[in-house]
Amino acid sequence: MIELENVAYSYGGGELFSDLDLSLQPGSFHFLTGPSGAGKTTLLKLCYGELVATAGDVRLFGDDVRGMDRDKVALARRRIGVVHQDCRFLDHLPVAENIALPLTVSGRSSEGSDIDDLMAWVGLTRQADQLPPELSGGERQRAALARAVIMSPEVIIADEPTGNIDWEMSQRLLALLVELNRMGKAVLIATHDLTLIRAAKAQVQARVLRLKDRRLVAAGADL
Amino acid sequence: MAALLAGDKMADRAVPPTGFTARLTVFTAAAMAFLAVFALALSLATGRLADRWAEELARTSTLRISAPEGQQEAQTRAALSVLETTPGISAARALSEEETRALLEPWFGPDLPVETLPIPQLIEIVEAGEGYDATGLRARLQAEVPGAVLDDHTRWREPLVDAAGRLRALGVFALLLIAGSTGAMITLAAQAALAANEQVIRVLRLVGAQDSYIARAFVRRFTLRALTGALAGTAAGMLGIFLLPEADAAGGFLTGLGFRGAGWLLPLLIPPLAALVAFAATRSAALRVLRAAS
Ligand SMILES: Nc1ncnc2c1ncn2[C@@H]1O[C@H](COP(=O)(O)OP(=O)(O)OP(=O)(O)O)[C@@H](O)[C@H]1O
Ligand SMILES: [Mg+2]
Repeated sequence: MIELENVAYSYGGGELFSDLDLSLQPGSFHFLTGPSGAGKTTLLKLCYGELVATAGDVRLFGDDVRGMDRDKVALARRRIGVVHQDCRFLDHLPVAENIALPLTVSGRSSEGSDIDDLMAWVGLTRQADQLPPELSGGERQRAALARAVIMSPEVIIADEPTGNIDWEMSQRLLALLVELNRMGKAVLIATHDLTLIRAAKAQVQARVLRLKDRRLVAAGADL
Repeated sequence: MAALLAGDKMADRAVPPTGFTARLTVFTAAAMAFLAVFALALSLATGRLADRWAEELARTSTLRISAPEGQQEAQTRAALSVLETTPGISAARALSEEETRALLEPWFGPDLPVETLPIPQLIEIVEAGEGYDATGLRARLQAEVPGAVLDDHTRWREPLVDAAGRLRALGVFALLLIAGSTGAMITLAAQAALAANEQVIRVLRLVGAQDSYIARAFVRRFTLRALTGALAGTAAGMLGIFLLPEADAAGGFLTGLGFRGAGWLLPLLIPPLAALVAFAATRSAALRVLRAAS
């Protein structure tokens, strides 16, 4: 579904990474680790078409990103649920409307979708009518996850989804991701959280990749 | 555009309300519509004036005969026979006393004792086709009817007709200028709104919004604002014109500034046109900004 081949990226200075291959297939579960500043977030942005590789090919659902216009990228993004590291919302809209935003912009009504169930599941029922700036860090991350999965996308990409939440909540997030993965969705999570990785490996076949010294390699068996 | 106005409530909410660009747009649209009403009235009135003068007055002229007592009738007959044989004149008719009195009445009142005054005899000349050769006619009249003076309206009215025609063109030009500056102002306001909402646009893109969706939220808003403002401005302008003091036809140009009959429907086109201008201006601004910020 998402394929990277010989990909390199540079923000203008030196290359952050090069000769990078990655393939997200239905039902695959990947973790991406690596030191801060290694380029994990950058790599994820390549995967959902926000950045375009400086070398190599990125294909989203079979189409080369370089040949896609913005409208096609927008359509591809509806099939990819993304939890961003900095969780950006529309600060003037209540949380519930923010979570329903992917439905709204793709012209679907949020009526009949299980937005209430989803809000309850991420524990935000009480906050539904609050504005995003009024949420705690962990609540923001849960809202971001709810927004990422509301379209039941084929691929779920999460950047540090458990950065601000407690262990119990991160277990619930993981359980949701595992459940979605079992439904055949590809999952890619960038994280520093080794306990999260270990917990996941107990439940699914997860591959752990490490971005280090400009290369993407499989992590050691200790993970 | 109908679908645009019917609207998508949620798309509207996606972009936060922006105070100053909203007020700027409404105010600009109102002010411009107000001006447009007057420009329209001006060009309609001058158009009417130019048409009337050109149409009626250029086609008739008057021959004035002031002869000493006793010769008046003979000279009038002589003049009529000269006129009858002049090419380019379809009819010539001596005005009766009543007609003369009616002509003078607006100036001297109804009690003018026409009989006792040395009022010249007037002959109305109706031109045919291209008209007659005024210089040639004058020469013949001088020889045969010494008391005749040819009053040829065309000559002195020509520059007036010309001026009225130009005034009408200026009115039309003013309307175009108003439309153009409305478009420019709304483009600026829309650009400011887009710039202020950069973050919103980024979030919308991240969740898969296409440019047309994002643009629509802005376009709809600015179109509605322009429509609202223009409705208010047009209403105010029309009221202003309606309240212009009524004067009789002799009042001439200034009091002729109003709309006549079906002409009152024309300014009603201003609000939809303003909305159309706002629609086009915002849409092109939005798509341009979105293209640049990819
Ligand atoms: N827009 C940008 N322009 C220039 N440099 C950038 C930009 N975004 C990121 N970088 C740089 O690229 C490098 C990789 O950044 P990235 O955010 O991908 O790292 P990361 O692995 O996600 O780090 P972290 O674990 O802290 O989130 C960093 O050195 C960062 O400073
Ligand atoms: Mg990062």
